[in-house]
Amino acid sequence: MREMKNIHTAQVLRERAVQFLIYVAVLLISAVFIWILADLARGGIAHLSWEFLTESPRDAGRAGGIASILVSTLLILLVALLTAVPVAWTSAILLVEFVPADSPFGKTVRFSLHVLAGVPSIVFGLFGNAFFCIYLGLGFSILSGGLTLACMLLPILTSTAEAGLRAVPHAYRMSASALGMTHTAALVHLILPAAAPVLAAGLLLGIGRALAETAALLFTSGYVERMPDSLLDSGRALALHIFDLSMNVPGGDMPAYASALVLAGLLLCINITAMKFAHGLQRRKIMT
Amino acid sequence: MLTDKLLMGILRAGALMAALVMLLILIFLIHESWPALSTLSIGRFMTDASWHPLEGAYNLMPMLSGTLLASAGALLLAVPLGLASAIFIVFYAPLHPAAIYKRLIELLSGIPSVVFGFWGLTTLVPLINQWHPPGASLLAGIGVLALMILPTVTLTAYTALAAVPDELLRNAAALGLSRWGMIKGVALPAAKTGIAAGIILAAARALGETMAVLMVAGNVVQYPETLFDPVRTLAANIALETAYAMGDHRAVLFVSGLLLMLLVMALSGVAGLLEKRRHA
Repeated sequence: MREMKNIHTAQVLRERAVQFLIYVAVLLISAVFIWILADLARGGIAHLSWEFLTESPRDAGRAGGIASILVSTLLILLVALLTAVPVAWTSAILLVEFVPADSPFGKTVRFSLHVLAGVPSIVFGLFGNAFFCIYLGLGFSILSGGLTLACMLLPILTSTAEAGLRAVPHAYRMSASALGMTHTAALVHLILPAAAPVLAAGLLLGIGRALAETAALLFTSGYVERMPDSLLDSGRALALHIFDLSMNVPGGDMPAYASALVLAGLLLCINITAMKFAHGLQRRKIMT
Repeated sequence: MLTDKLLMGILRAGALMAALVMLLILIFLIHESWPALSTLSIGRFMTDASWHPLEGAYNLMPMLSGTLLASAGALLLAVPLGLASAIFIVFYAPLHPAAIYKRLIELLSGIPSVVFGFWGLTTLVPLINQWHPPGASLLAGIGVLALMILPTVTLTAYTALAAVPDELLRNAAALGLSRWGMIKGVALPAAKTGIAAGIILAAARALGETMAVLMVAGNVVQYPETLFDPVRTLAANIALETAYAMGDHRAVLFVSGLLLMLLVMALSGVAGLLEKRRHA
């Protein structure tokens, strides 16, 4: 009898210990997350002002603001999205609606995108430098950077669009063909609108990914911090600005804090909106 | 019908382009690293005296060891913490805190690497410096990397654990297993393939991560003797030197990029196979 009681208390103790360890881990992670955000907020808010967002950087970024950086970032982002979105969404539509999942063509495209998703961003940077900057002769420019980012965004845009399209009930397609609609009409009027929220979520996630990117832009879009005149000018992205201020500019910590706060805030907003769009069933597939 | 044909053409062109990007990247990496691969023998990347590219010494091993050590250290930290987080979300937390905590982890995964690096540089490095100078070290790199791959481990483990059939868990409960007994004896074994795939994915991410490590690890080319020694990883080396590298030096940097990509591709290939086995 006493032995059983001992086993029982041992079990309760073990149960408690495990629960304690798990709660400690969770508290630790939450604390570090809050620590990072608080640190950024504390360091950044003092320096953040309307002028910081609307003035161009002076004295290597120590003084002035980040207006030209924001413009460059936006241009790089636009180039990347305008190239990547059409390619990614057409591939997704083809893969889901027109090709059987196990056809050789579908398999090849899916495999190639799967591999592409794993390529480290610095390797995209090397490729972009060799291909866009030197081989195509675009030089260090917003165009090169944007196109490099476009390659990076292809997998995430395609896989989210695929998940969204696959989530559209099969009955929709059946009803459309029963009514004699062409494939194109069914797609445009029925399937794409139904998948729109997930497409939007994918787009936002892609934007977030692009804004966060630094390594791929190091030697494609370049370091120049003045206001770009054209897409062939070099332009410095916001993430790269933070890197440069903190590593290469002594005394650049304050503006770096403020820029990091702007970037992190922007990304938090974008990702929260993306989650709202993709809530429910498809969310798990999309976020991991 | 004509529109259908037209649409089909456009779609095929798009998908073909998407598939070609990968090929293009491989071709250009090999093309750019060809001068080094054809004129230098592969053995020199391992046996040269040191990494002094301007004098023609191209030993990549110290940096490869830096990459592997930093990634291994980050996994050592992130795997237990990530698993604990996933178990917390699925089995321990009440409904509401579970959702909030999961949201928090998802947001953590959206923080850019340069912000992690900046935080590491301004907060973590000075802290480590007080404890054991110089601060910018393997340890700082491991810490920042662990934070960055934690969400990958947590979210994939969560997906795997949440997919364990309820039936199994209820049977375990009916047999009188305690909560931890059920998790250890039933849920974790049932989810182990998915969890392993997630860990491998996280490892691939750690190997390829550039900016955060570049900012906190000190970037001295050497074999670290302690956790407090500065190291340089392969990816950081590419980021530091590509801007001015010429000739063979540039080609060797592309070789290291190729090496990194092959490592990561092999890992994500294994993860993909595991995933497939899970669904089969």
